[in-house]
Amino acid sequence: MAKGISDKVAIIGMGCTKFGERWDAGTEHLLIEAYKEALADAGIEHKQIEAAWYGSALDNVNAGNSAIPAAMALRLEGIPVSRVENMCATGTEALRGAAYAVASGAVDIALAIGAEKLKDTGYGGLPVPFKGTLNSAWMPMGSAPAGFAQLASSYRAKYGVAPEDLKRAMAHVSWKSHENGVKSPKAHLRKSVSMDTILNAPMIAEPLGLFDCCGVSDGAAAAIVTTPEIAAALGKIDPVTIKSIQLSVSAGRESGTDQWDGSYVPNTRNAVKKAYEEAGIKDPRTDLSMIEVHDCFSITELVTMEDLGVSRDGEAVKDILDGRYDADGAVPCQIDGGLKCFGHPIGASGLRMAYENYLQLQGRAGDRQLGKVDFGLCHNLGGVPFNGVAAITILGRAK
Amino acid sequence: MARGITSYGTYIPRIRIDRGAIAAMHKWAFPNARGKGARALANWDEDTITMSVEAARALPLENISSIAFASTTAPYADLQNATLVAAPLGLDSNIGSADFSGSLRAGGSALLGALESAKKGDALVIASDARRAKPASAQEMSFGAGAAAFTVGNDNVIARLIGSASRTMPFVDHYRTNGQPYDYQWEERWIRNEGFGKIIPPAVESALAESGLKAGDINHFCLATTMRGLAATIAKKCGVDGEALTDDLSANCGDTGTAHGLMMLAAALEKAQPGERIMLITFGAGCDVMIFEATEEIGNYRSASPASAQLARGEVESNYGKLLSFHGELDLDWGMRSELNEKIPQTQQYRASDQLASFVGGKCTDCGSVQFPQLGKCIDCGSMEPTTPHNLSNEAASVASYTGDWLQYSPAPPLYFGLVNFKSGVRLLMEYVDVDPDNLKVGAPLRMVYRIKSIDNDRHNSRYFWKAVPMASKGA
Repeated sequence: MAKGISDKVAIIGMGCTKFGERWDAGTEHLLIEAYKEALADAGIEHKQIEAAWYGSALDNVNAGNSAIPAAMALRLEGIPVSRVENMCATGTEALRGAAYAVASGAVDIALAIGAEKLKDTGYGGLPVPFKGTLNSAWMPMGSAPAGFAQLASSYRAKYGVAPEDLKRAMAHVSWKSHENGVKSPKAHLRKSVSMDTILNAPMIAEPLGLFDCCGVSDGAAAAIVTTPEIAAALGKIDPVTIKSIQLSVSAGRESGTDQWDGSYVPNTRNAVKKAYEEAGIKDPRTDLSMIEVHDCFSITELVTMEDLGVSRDGEAVKDILDGRYDADGAVPCQIDGGLKCFGHPIGASGLRMAYENYLQLQGRAGDRQLGKVDFGLCHNLGGVPFNGVAAITILGRAK
Repeated sequence: MARGITSYGTYIPRIRIDRGAIAAMHKWAFPNARGKGARALANWDEDTITMSVEAARALPLENISSIAFASTTAPYADLQNATLVAAPLGLDSNIGSADFSGSLRAGGSALLGALESAKKGDALVIASDARRAKPASAQEMSFGAGAAAFTVGNDNVIARLIGSASRTMPFVDHYRTNGQPYDYQWEERWIRNEGFGKIIPPAVESALAESGLKAGDINHFCLATTMRGLAATIAKKCGVDGEALTDDLSANCGDTGTAHGLMMLAAALEKAQPGERIMLITFGAGCDVMIFEATEEIGNYRSASPASAQLARGEVESNYGKLLSFHGELDLDWGMRSELNEKIPQTQQYRASDQLASFVGGKCTDCGSVQFPQLGKCIDCGSMEPTTPHNLSNEAASVASYTGDWLQYSPAPPLYFGLVNFKSGVRLLMEYVDVDPDNLKVGAPLRMVYRIKSIDNDRHNSRYFWKAVPMASKGA
């Protein structure tokens, strides 16, 4: 049985750009902005980076395929740089690469960095990525919200939830994130929105309205990782450590067989089960201080509460409406605004979630700082519920 | 036993445009414009290929040795359209095939050719048309869309051919040059009097003579036209009883071009009693006249898709914009999200033609699990042995999840799609079409239909695949 990477990797520096409509910056400059902050935060020099993992998801925007654009932008000369892509879980994939490199002893200090320049598409929403020559021939190429909206139809059918009750809980998810976004200086959307506005917004993919969908943003985020020993040698007292990074990818059971009822995301459940084991989380309902989940759409956050085990199956609607995941609730969720309001530049999102946990664990989250934070969880999804990727990162401190 | 018709099926698209809506749109320029009833409109994803598949799929196709496809609006000028109909019907590759075109008579001519063929095997004859009409033209009101299919053979004949006659004449009532979207039509009075009125009666006389019948022996008179009163005039001129006139399908369908005569023949066969005689006349640069006699066998036969059911199933649509937008009369701005690259790799298309055209999944030889697409390893037992074919086009299926997508580009938004469960346990993400929102719910039964999946406007090509139609739940 593998020992895992718990406490073998410390995060000594992180950076995150202001997310949003960054008309002023291209992918290359967003990368520098995040990198500069991370380097300063770590207190190390550029030449100390021994390897890098660069995440960007879409090839019709950004700086081009391969790791070369990142190596070029950051002048990462003569060291191994890899580009990773795993749909919207790309940012976590970059962190996983860098963390594994350090945990294996291959390098002492590694960089994980991700960026996306979505506002270069010229339209709202994500482009539909190419699905291969065979899949393109038969698979309906729906939008991302339509992929996740499927959850709503199956969830309603399974639990007998009335459409208006589900819609209200979904609206609360978005309302709460807008409230949180106000206190998050780097967030894309920083405005409160009323429940009525959310409930009556134009339809995007039934039952998801405009406010059930996350922001489409530009941005970049970065992490510098090393071993706890080197962190200590660098003068980092009680650094944030990675307790677990786990990943689960669809192999066709959800989309190709009738063995899944469509009301949850099996990948999340697979990944989080292993992550809790690796991190030593016994009861997620009480052990987790905060969660940053992949709220690409309000319905995603709703079912994710059950997938992570912080709500019991069938109880997410009630828990959400009870305020369990609000800023002052038992398990604050999306305290930085989440994908909904902080924004969702795909390649950066997994790292942005880690960034918020990292700040909160160190008491550096300003106006939105929570009380005692021992464990923070990042839940980063890619693809769609029936054909996707789920990545879980748990951060804490070495004992 | 003499060769004859052994089965028939029809298809008329679900959308029926209210002719009143067409008239209302043009009244500003043509104050006398008025429209009664509704006409069939092919959905954006329906063409003569897809309609032909629907018309023919319920026919007995086990012993088909040739397929004939007739249309003046087939999608391809050089790429045999018949083969594109044969594949989704699951026909063997060891059959003959041919396209018929060039005249609205092509449907009748294809049927006559199959009936007169000396070949032993069964022939499948399909005619289909969805003609475009210039906005505000008379044809915009009169044209419909549809397909009719027949099997022809020597066994289980329900109607045998007992006489025929043809005329070939350079009479140009209308024409359409290659690459042009619309017909150029001559004056109707001339077509009625000098065309139908003078060309058909002598041909009818020849066919009657060949069959040894008199005009009064005809029980069902099918003249392929929707010109008002014309069939009655011609019948009278030929001495055929007015009682024998078959409905011209104009009220709820419209003129289906090469399919029209065959569609009327199908409607007549639906009513015909053993021993009754049916006359079919198709017109265009001459005419073809056929006389059939219904056999005793017709009493035992019931079509799965008769014209009466196809006529009845329509949904009246009063949005004239759809008529304009679906087939290119009006180029709407669908925004940047519609700028998709729909290039079709022919290599992949051919490699997977059984999956894509015939909707064949793979059944695990070790555990029996069915999968689509056909991949090399079984999701259930892990076997990497080759799979066996498992057809999904007629398998019972139901909705597992759904949404209506208003964000993604679709020529007819919202794009309805979701996960579909098949009875065999296989699941697929599929597009839903012809959606009645009341029927779209988890567990609702589905019927598979062959449709255009996407159109490559840059390379003038279309992809076809199967989509699912939500049906009303039984007992709901």
